Amino acid sequence: MAAIDHTRPLTPTGNLRRRRATDRFMRYGCTLAAAMAVALLIWVVFSIVQRGASAISWSFLTQNAPTTFGVSAVGGGIGNAIIGTAMMVAVATAIALPFGLLIAVFLTEFASPRVAGSIRLALDLLYGLPSIVIALFLYGLLVVGNGQAGVYVSFALAIIMMPLIARTTSESLLLVPKELRDASHALGISRWRTTIGIVIPGALGGVITGTILAVARAGGETAPVLLLSSLANTSTTSFSIFSQPLNNIPYDIFNFSEEGGAANIARAWGAALVMIFFVLVLNLVARTLQSRRNRRMMSR
Amino acid sequence: MMDEPRSETEAATSPVAAPLAIEVAQSAPQAPGTREVVFDLNDVNVYYGNSLAVAGVTLEIYAKQITALIGPSGCGKSTILRSLNRMNDSVSIFRLTGSCTYHGNDLYASGVDPVEVRRRIGMVFQRPNPFPKSIYDNIAWAPRLLGMKDGLDERVERALRGAALWDEVKDRLKTSALGMSGGQQQRLCIARSIAIEPDVLLLDEPCSALDPISTGAIEDLMHELKTQYTLVIVTHNMQQAARVAERTAFFSLDVQEGRRTGVLVEYDDTANLFTRPSDKRTEDYVTGRFG
Repeated sequence: MAAIDHTRPLTPTGNLRRRRATDRFMRYGCTLAAAMAVALLIWVVFSIVQRGASAISWSFLTQNAPTTFGVSAVGGGIGNAIIGTAMMVAVATAIALPFGLLIAVFLTEFASPRVAGSIRLALDLLYGLPSIVIALFLYGLLVVGNGQAGVYVSFALAIIMMPLIARTTSESLLLVPKELRDASHALGISRWRTTIGIVIPGALGGVITGTILAVARAGGETAPVLLLSSLANTSTTSFSIFSQPLNNIPYDIFNFSEEGGAANIARAWGAALVMIFFVLVLNLVARTLQSRRNRRMMSR
Repeated sequence: MMDEPRSETEAATSPVAAPLAIEVAQSAPQAPGTREVVFDLNDVNVYYGNSLAVAGVTLEIYAKQITALIGPSGCGKSTILRSLNRMNDSVSIFRLTGSCTYHGNDLYASGVDPVEVRRRIGMVFQRPNPFPKSIYDNIAWAPRLLGMKDGLDERVERALRGAALWDEVKDRLKTSALGMSGGQQQRLCIARSIAIEPDVLLLDEPCSALDPISTGAIEDLMHELKTQYTLVIVTHNMQQAARVAERTAFFSLDVQEGRRTGVLVEYDDTANLFTRPSDKRTEDYVTGRFG
């Protein structure tokens, strides 16, 4: 083989030209895919804004749907639906947060690795259950022969939220450095006190972020609402979450679009806009909190 | 040339349990038999799973003195130190055989509460690990939880004075502990440990993460502390052991059939260990022939 002259100028040799072309092609392809994902998000959000913005008004957000629909139906809003969804999500959070926190503490502080692995698997499987299946399970358990209630939706949402909160809390707890636990133990403080006084406060940021993301996920769930709280009176505002079904945003979207007519369709889009507005805002808040915490940890 | 360890006078009695004869103040290392024994290790073996990490450690640690554990990396000094206050319990495959007693009580007996053990035998770690709280809360947190709620302000001040930190921080007790320098944080960790009035303080390479000036400050501090507490220190720095310790234990590695086990080679008064070592391995280490 001829000796390679290493003093040649540093221009591409051999098949480097083709490899460079392939490299450039792949890089542009990845960039294009990412851009398309962002474009898709913008397109979806823009469509909803475009179609729903006309329906948004103060009366839309505070009044309830009209008692009778018809071609000449005027007015109507999603006031009671917003209250209903908010109440059901709030109760779901009140159930899921303590459970998720305790499970995460057990996983990271007290469980042996084998037990922890099994529980994590169970949580992942629980999280993977389709929401309609969870809703059907609760329907058969609680609604049949009994009637619907808003709190049943809260149970379904709690089942969906709890694995998510447990997982993000557990990851935050793991991020608390072992040295802090060691320092506390070396002072003669018991493990449980160490967990409450040092570890959980150290992980609080992650717990909050995880809860916000879980709320964003649960707030948009439709299947539980269809099976467990779809027979509410859409024109009155009710707070009886424990005994009655409550009107809610997903159901109003369904209701308005079924009634038909330009005005009602616009209201359906308006309700959808309200829904994704809260989902987006919650996600952005969670991400901002997360990145602020990351920046503070980097500079430590 | 190695420095002679500073001459010291012993405190009259220990404030903790075990009523023994009053110590006689002396200016030279005392003859064995007149010193109060705090830890008594007899043929202690430490296993991690099936592998023997440290073998056949037999030594006594005496009250109100500084005892140094020195030796090359990986020979079990920190393992033995952490065994003295049950800190190795968090390692699930840890197993200790032999006898390890504290004031005559077996540390590894079945009824022993490790939390109570650590209440009396505190530990300062290699890297300063203050809690993400204020300086005041770092010190006051444990006493509050342990029921020492009265006179908390005085307790905090006493602890900070005892760690030679009071003058530097007395005007900013409510600021975050994380804003202090490394040397100050380590002294805070020492203050935090002595605030609960332990009997013994174990220090695991307390100065290895600090600059020489902070190291000097902490070594001075140790000379103050030993009048009230028993100190056991692990150090990589031979000269530090020579500067601060009355007794020094030299550990080394025994390599057999590919298995490495830590062993206690020699344990003596510091002056003797450095100037007239009995074992060739000790002599090789202290003269720098290996390390």
